[in-house]
Amino acid sequence: MLGVEAQKPPKGKWTTAPFDPRFPNQNQTRNCYQNFLDYHRCVKAMNRRGKSAQPCEYYFREYRSLCPISWVQRWNQQIQDGTFAGKI
Amino acid sequence: MACPYQMGFQDATSPIMEELLNFHDHTLMIVFLISSMVLYLISLMLATKLTHTNTMDAQEVETVWTILPAVILILIALPSLRILYMMDEINDPSLTVKALGHQWYWSYEYTDYEELDFDSYMIPTTDLNPGELRLLEVDNRVVLPMEVPIRMLISSEDVLHSWAIPSMGLKADAIPGRLNQMTITSSRPGLFYGQCSEICGSNHSFMPIVIEMVPLEVFEDWTLSVT
Repeated sequence: MLGVEAQKPPKGKWTTAPFDPRFPNQNQTRNCYQNFLDYHRCVKAMNRRGKSAQPCEYYFREYRSLCPISWVQRWNQQIQDGTFAGKI
Repeated sequence: MACPYQMGFQDATSPIMEELLNFHDHTLMIVFLISSMVLYLISLMLATKLTHTNTMDAQEVETVWTILPAVILILIALPSLRILYMMDEINDPSLTVKALGHQWYWSYEYTDYEELDFDSYMIPTTDLNPGELRLLEVDNRVVLPMEVPIRMLISSEDVLHSWAIPSMGLKADAIPGRLNQMTITSSRPGLFYGQCSEICGSNHSFMPIVIEMVPLEVFEDWTLSVT
């Protein structure tokens, strides 16, 4: 899994998660969850093709900005245990 | 913050709150005018000996007192909808901060760059310094840059709470498993207070929120000093 340290972008490139028109309303739960799923799916697809997971960094930073730390920790623990409910 | 015996709203800190204050003045004036007129008419009717008990047709006055209230309601609804849509405008936030409700404190996470998170407990009354506000001060304030749109994501780790800052016109429920988004833009620096606004147990009244709005350079220095 890519660590936070590896993801430090050049200064000024990343401020925060931009407005996502797929989730225009107040409830941003799905925004956080979707970016988390997209990151893991991206990493899995890139690894399967033997390519670098560098393009997946965008999803990583998005879910890092949006998702509460406890949610991310819980989901990562579930992935490790094999009990994560999402399709990756 | 709120003052003793305060009758009106707190001074506006965000552009939306300024709009809401003006709208409230406009609507309250209409309400006062209607109430005074009704009170006057009732007192007139009580103070006269004249009676007229067989009114049958009154088409003209009936038309007037149907159309006029409809016009008044439109005059209230149009500014109201304007502000409602203004609140939903798409803006480009520069920072994302998460506020998570717990029983009975708030925790804040700034995870755009490093992982900065801390808890914010109320300072007990016995530990207050002179001049500090009872039931409103906290140990770690939410420091934010002013004049910049900030995305606040509110959630909860246990029961329902609500994150509210009256002077900015902000309130969003903290619901476990859900992320509610709000945009904060402060027009000025300073300290802005709020309190938990959804009953959440015995210390519901004792988990306040304090936002410290500072210039961007001061905010950057603060983030360096706490990480």
